[in-house]
Amino acid sequence: MNPAKIVLQGLVVGRGAAAVAGPFDAVIAAGEALVVTGPNGAGKSTLLRTLAGLLPPLAGAIRLEGLAGVDGEPAERLADVAHYVGHRHGMKSQISVGDNLSFWGRYLGGAATGRSERSRQNAERDRNTPALSGSAALSPSEALAAVGLPGIDSIPFGYLSAGQQRRASLARLIVAHRPVWILDEPTSALDTASQTRFADLVAGHLGSGGIAIAATHHPLGLEGAKTLHIDARDPRSAGPGTPDAPLDEADLASAEGWL
Amino acid sequence: MIALFLRDMRLAFAGGGGATTGVIFFLAVIATIPFGVGPDLNLLSRIGPAILWIGALLSTLLTLDRLFQADRDDGTLDLLIAGPLPMPLVVLSKCLALWTASSLPLVLASPVLGLFLALQPAALLAVMATLFVGTPAIVCIGAVGAAVAVALPRGGLLVSVLVLPLAIPVLIFGVSATYAAVNEPDPFWPPFMILCALTLFFGALGPVAAGAALRGGGD
Repeated sequence: MNPAKIVLQGLVVGRGAAAVAGPFDAVIAAGEALVVTGPNGAGKSTLLRTLAGLLPPLAGAIRLEGLAGVDGEPAERLADVAHYVGHRHGMKSQISVGDNLSFWGRYLGGAATGRSERSRQNAERDRNTPALSGSAALSPSEALAAVGLPGIDSIPFGYLSAGQQRRASLARLIVAHRPVWILDEPTSALDTASQTRFADLVAGHLGSGGIAIAATHHPLGLEGAKTLHIDARDPRSAGPGTPDAPLDEADLASAEGWL
Repeated sequence: MIALFLRDMRLAFAGGGGATTGVIFFLAVIATIPFGVGPDLNLLSRIGPAILWIGALLSTLLTLDRLFQADRDDGTLDLLIAGPLPMPLVVLSKCLALWTASSLPLVLASPVLGLFLALQPAALLAVMATLFVGTPAIVCIGAVGAAVAVALPRGGLLVSVLVLPLAIPVLIFGVSATYAAVNEPDPFWPPFMILCALTLFFGALGPVAAGAALRGGGD
């Protein structure tokens, strides 16, 4: 079996039809981290959202090798094997932290399958991909303890402080196992001790054969991580392969005809 | 899918979930009509089924605009789109949860409120039956509107405007089936069956269309 890796081939990312950044070429193998750096507005979040499957790539491809999804089949999309942590938490403020996490655990861990079913699949996957036999999914309270918030399961998410909310939402990474973590500014609002703790968490994930792709301004403490630097681009200059030519008369006429 | 359904049900009944808004709006509309129309029982019982249906339609639309917007605001929608469940099933389970939390209470309340409008017993049952099979269609149509307007800050009005024309056939056949139950010799079953067909049609089409709209609207 091939060692797991993610290959980016000439990936151009953008919003709508306008290219924002790229083309990117990179190979990220199991146990490696890719840190995406660059000034504000350079396209870090756009790249990560494209990797997570939330935006279509404008050109190029994301290829996966040796990564198996929740069902044990080889994964086609990176989103099937990845956790995406964005700027927003994805947690409901009305219900408790524990309920939020157990929902994500059940939903992401293969919806509509019971716990025993899932652990069987976990076992099967671990056997298939020995390189990725990572930590099995933790229960919500164990995950909260791992991010330094023990005993807050029953508190509504909305009552937590900004940093606690961030840590609780990072606990989602470990309630359902995914070999790839896509992290967009994961340490914003975290204090120094929590950043260190999170860096340990990421290091543990990498140590068990996982892959992390992170955009960050803070050093994550990831020694030996590959760095992908995105330069700020002049938004007025059209990049290579940019189909953002202004609308001409013919386009307008055809649009009016359609209406 | 079951996990998503259960979570949405919880949220609907947790604080600020808004499941009861629709029922209270329904109650307010139906309870004020007799005062506005006056004590003419014949007139009330003649327009009663239509009033109940219009009230149910409007109060369902009232609850629709938050169907996806709350999830979008806190980032849950991103994770649902990237998650393992296909988008049409995500939309379907959210619609099921919304219907159970906000439309099923309308259906259950409709016979009681029908008494306010001097409906005959047969009409009470007919209204309940037609609302039961008709409201899922309204929710599924509305899901498409809610998905299209998800990125707009005040999309609620736009959702209503988008959705109302599509919901008109449901209203027509729902009301005509109800009238047919009390007015001999109109047949009850043909309009009722068309209503069922509309629900099945929109139940199949709505989630697919709403899923595509949500996926395409990602930013």
